[in-house]
Amino acid sequence: MTTSREISRDGLWGNNVALVQLLGLCPLLAVTSTVVNGIGLGIATLITLVLSNTIVSLIRGFVRKEVRLPVFVLIIASVVTIIELSMQALFYDLYLVLGIFIPLIVTNCAIIGRAEGFASRNPVGPAALDGLMMGLGFLVVLALLGALREIIGFGTLFANAELMFGDGAQTLTIEFNKDYPGFLLAVLPPGAFFGLAVLIVAKNWLDLRPREKQEIIEPAPETA
Amino acid sequence: MTSVIVSSPYVAQGSTLKRLMIQVIIALLPGTIAYAWYFGPGVIINICLAVLLALAFEAGILKLRAKPVMPHLTDFSAVVAAWLFALCLPMHIPWWLVLVGIGFTMVAGKHLYGGLGFNPFNPAMVGYVVLLISFPREMTTWYLPNSVSGETLSLKEALAYTFGGADIQQWDALSSATPLDQVKTAVAQGITVAEIRLSPVFGEYAGKGWEWIAFWWFIGGLWLLATRTIRWHIPVALLAAVIAMSLLFYLINPETYTSPLFHLLSGAVVIGAFFIATDPVTAATTDTGRIYYGLLIGCLIYVIRVWGGYPDGIAFAVLLANMCVPLIDYYTQPRVYGEK
Repeated sequence: MTTSREISRDGLWGNNVALVQLLGLCPLLAVTSTVVNGIGLGIATLITLVLSNTIVSLIRGFVRKEVRLPVFVLIIASVVTIIELSMQALFYDLYLVLGIFIPLIVTNCAIIGRAEGFASRNPVGPAALDGLMMGLGFLVVLALLGALREIIGFGTLFANAELMFGDGAQTLTIEFNKDYPGFLLAVLPPGAFFGLAVLIVAKNWLDLRPREKQEIIEPAPETA
Repeated sequence: MTSVIVSSPYVAQGSTLKRLMIQVIIALLPGTIAYAWYFGPGVIINICLAVLLALAFEAGILKLRAKPVMPHLTDFSAVVAAWLFALCLPMHIPWWLVLVGIGFTMVAGKHLYGGLGFNPFNPAMVGYVVLLISFPREMTTWYLPNSVSGETLSLKEALAYTFGGADIQQWDALSSATPLDQVKTAVAQGITVAEIRLSPVFGEYAGKGWEWIAFWWFIGGLWLLATRTIRWHIPVALLAAVIAMSLLFYLINPETYTSPLFHLLSGAVVIGAFFIATDPVTAATTDTGRIYYGLLIGCLIYVIRVWGGYPDGIAFAVLLANMCVPLIDYYTQPRVYGEK
């Protein structure tokens, strides 16, 4: 039985969907040209993960092993449809920007991966928490990658924030330099690969740092 | 156990990386001088800036990787890469563009793959393509050779533009599409090649100025062949492919397809054939493989020029062919002696 602490740690850092499992790369690479797009898709994926994990966990006693995958896909597809229609109603402009990538959340391997790997074997509480934490981990990476690419590509941050937070949010947009010529590469697909690689390097570097320190300290007593 | 090989007399081969690179630099000189002669001091400024930045990046990265700095700086491989990169650039571009391009050349193109000898892609072309994709406006502002416009920017003006961000508008009259670009646009509008050739930027065979620069690259290339710095396979195959492709379509319809001579002497075909495609690290390594590699680049150049989105395609053609090198090498392994 995993504790909620472990589940949170796994989802946010140790087994992060984007940085460690490298799942869901298609939306990750395609929509993160700005922070707002990244957060928008991140939240949609987060809600999908929580709902699908909860439902899968609730029905885990009734689904035969042989048909579990089609059932999971049906559940995920229904959840994504609900989210897509809600976004169309509530955030129409953002819905237009994200376009095909909202329905494509269905194909995000991270979601079926969590349903199969965790939710179908655990009670509702931990399953929902797992969905939340995995979703948050994904959301943070999407937002970071979006920020990285937006700053380098356009020289702005939180551009088009009004798409998500209403007209009042237009003031959120930060423009660093009026004459910034823009760096198209960061906005184009190769920039997404470079950005993701930088984030993965940063994570691995942070993970490896403490270990190196320990190795240096250990041999000290031998000298006596 | 030691094995002693006895045979005499020995001749010192003396072929080191450094000597190789110096040969390349010598071979680049005539073309570079001709280029600067026709297009002004901006060419030289670009080369100097690129070389200095490349050495700085190389030193910095080698230090980060805890590798010896001086031997790598003095083998001139960074100088050659930077020189070739600078030759791809338009004559007058701001300094920070050179910085970004050289950064990608040295860091992403070379050292991220493991440094000299390990990079699958031609580093200079990586840097150039990054710039071409990211900054299309600056990277396609070319200038007329002095044989057409009658003047080029003075050294002072060129420096002011490169480093001071001087307003380029005042020299607008001097900027122009390259001959390749003009042909491409005009053909798309339904103008025949014969009519385009009446434009003052065209000389005897291709673009005025450009055709003679190509000639001097060719002389440099012959020097590389004569000193055995490169083998004949890649340049011959590449040029043959360009000639064959352009001749075929020229014979089909000379009104919309330009002559083989025009293709050969325009843009970067000659320098690409002798200097860029022959990079020993990223090219195919077997003799048969080199021929396929050269043919592939030549065909791709023609395809990109005529049907692609860019007026010239050496960089893309070389990078695409670089990707095919492992495959080419795999299928062209020479037969082991004694095997069927």
